[in-house]
Amino acid sequence: MAYAHRLKINDDINTDYIISGRYKFKIQDEKELAKHIFEDLEQDFHKKIKPGDFLVAGENFGCGSSREQAPVALRASGLRAVVAKSFARIFYRNAFNVGLCVVECETNYIDDMDELELDIDKNLIKNLSKGVNIEIEPVPRIMKKFLESGGVVEYFKSHGGFDDIF
Amino acid sequence: MRQTIAEKILSEHSGKRARAGDIVMANVDFCFGQDGTSGMIVDSFRRMGVESVFDKDRFCMVIDHSAPSPNIGVSAIHDKMRGFAREQSVRVFDIGEGVCHQVVPESGYVTCGDLVLGADSHTCTYGAVNVLSTGVGSTDLAIALASGKNWFKVPETMKIVVDGKLPKGVYSKDLILYVISDVKADGATYQSVEFYGQAINSLSVDARFTISNMAVEMGAKSGIMAPDRKTMDWINKHSIRQPRPVEADEDAKYLEIREYDVSELEPQVACPHTVDNVRPIGEVLGTPVNEVNIGTCTNGRLEDLEVAASILKGRKIAKGMKLIITPASRKIFLDAMKKGYLDIFVEAGAAVNNPGCGPCVGTHQGVLADGETAFSTANRNFKGRMGNPNAEIYLGSPAAAAATALAGEIADPREHKRRL
Repeated sequence: MAYAHRLKINDDINTDYIISGRYKFKIQDEKELAKHIFEDLEQDFHKKIKPGDFLVAGENFGCGSSREQAPVALRASGLRAVVAKSFARIFYRNAFNVGLCVVECETNYIDDMDELELDIDKNLIKNLSKGVNIEIEPVPRIMKKFLESGGVVEYFKSHGGFDDIF
Repeated sequence: MRQTIAEKILSEHSGKRARAGDIVMANVDFCFGQDGTSGMIVDSFRRMGVESVFDKDRFCMVIDHSAPSPNIGVSAIHDKMRGFAREQSVRVFDIGEGVCHQVVPESGYVTCGDLVLGADSHTCTYGAVNVLSTGVGSTDLAIALASGKNWFKVPETMKIVVDGKLPKGVYSKDLILYVISDVKADGATYQSVEFYGQAINSLSVDARFTISNMAVEMGAKSGIMAPDRKTMDWINKHSIRQPRPVEADEDAKYLEIREYDVSELEPQVACPHTVDNVRPIGEVLGTPVNEVNIGTCTNGRLEDLEVAASILKGRKIAKGMKLIITPASRKIFLDAMKKGYLDIFVEAGAAVNNPGCGPCVGTHQGVLADGETAFSTANRNFKGRMGNPNAEIYLGSPAAAAATALAGEIADPREHKRRL
């Protein structure tokens, strides 16, 4: 079973909040990095996350700095996906590049600790606690390919470039 | 053809007629990383199994965010960058050379019509000189570094027209804060913003950099300006490559057009903890401030230092105030020295840093204590940005920052009008 986790703030959750600049230089180990996610908003937030869980937010998730440590730390925390109404563009690219799934949909009807199931091919999130299906924006084909490969580097290596992606 | 500037540049670089919404593979003219992102660029590059960079003259690394190194971890990253630079014969701008967004254009690496990627979110800065430049993560940068290309989603474009003449004591920083307060932090997400209008035309290229620099604070991919005589003079003086100026077609398709008039604009201040939480300075006058930061890729250029110097000349900063001044590049540092600005700053009681990012990103050179308040000329005021989540950050122009340093509380630079 996988659950939704929400922070106290909903919109404009920036990369400084995801992982503070204090750590981006200090920690190279991603599991260690994952212990500090959202630390400035909520101490020990990472302890709530079990492998396969979801982070749920509002508009403009991941705005701010281009630090790739942000999606890396979220992926290392065990999250299955970040679900938000919208994402900032650098974060959106970075997430798929490092193999973190992010999906866009209406999130007003997902509460903290709701039980969720994601079906990326059917463009659907099932909110089992509320008994409703939420339609998600289709994940672009190019992004699905990166996810399947485990990230853009792995895709590039196994395909010798991007030429066959279009 | 009816194309925006972004569509034209992406068409030229991909060999396809690029329209908003398309995904294209495009050649990159220049790319770079800084010390917060280059460690991961090198790691991703190595994992790709490519032996050498696509073109050693079209990539550089800049040690600016945490420079000189404040701890062993950062030293190791800097060492890794220098090692990679030696191995690949690529340029590294070392400690004290300046902020990436000043040294990259100042060293001539970009020119009109270019497509540029930087592993730093404020790479949109060069839009001021007609470059489609945008920030990406380290792995995206490594892809460009290995292949000379990357994929791009062709952005929709928002046209922003700013008319009127800025009043005395009101600057390009106030203009862009005002625009951001209207567009909001996510109002231009994934879009290219094109800036036009009398108020933009009358600004120097340095002042325009401040505007393009902050385009990302409304979510934009780039904040680009059409070239004019000032642009061409600047580019011809600095750039090492042939410019290819690009203008939008008259009937290009815009997602949205927003118009502003700044004739009556007051100085603007972004209040904690978001950049779009902007108020006219009159509403926050008297807010006690402990630290003033003048510098960064937003406002660390010579004319920024000049206006601060004209306000600070012959005066002393408030008791208990920490004033930190960080020129954006070595060239600016030297010019400021020759013009006597550094004497003025030091005599006023400021601490002058080596060129670089200074305290902006909270890793060194002015981390705030619990409960402290900063007034900064930077581009972000997120909680924790200057190293402490229990501190508050206000953003404004260099003139407002200098006035604030003298008063010990947020002060209106127009009080010093005779010096401006």
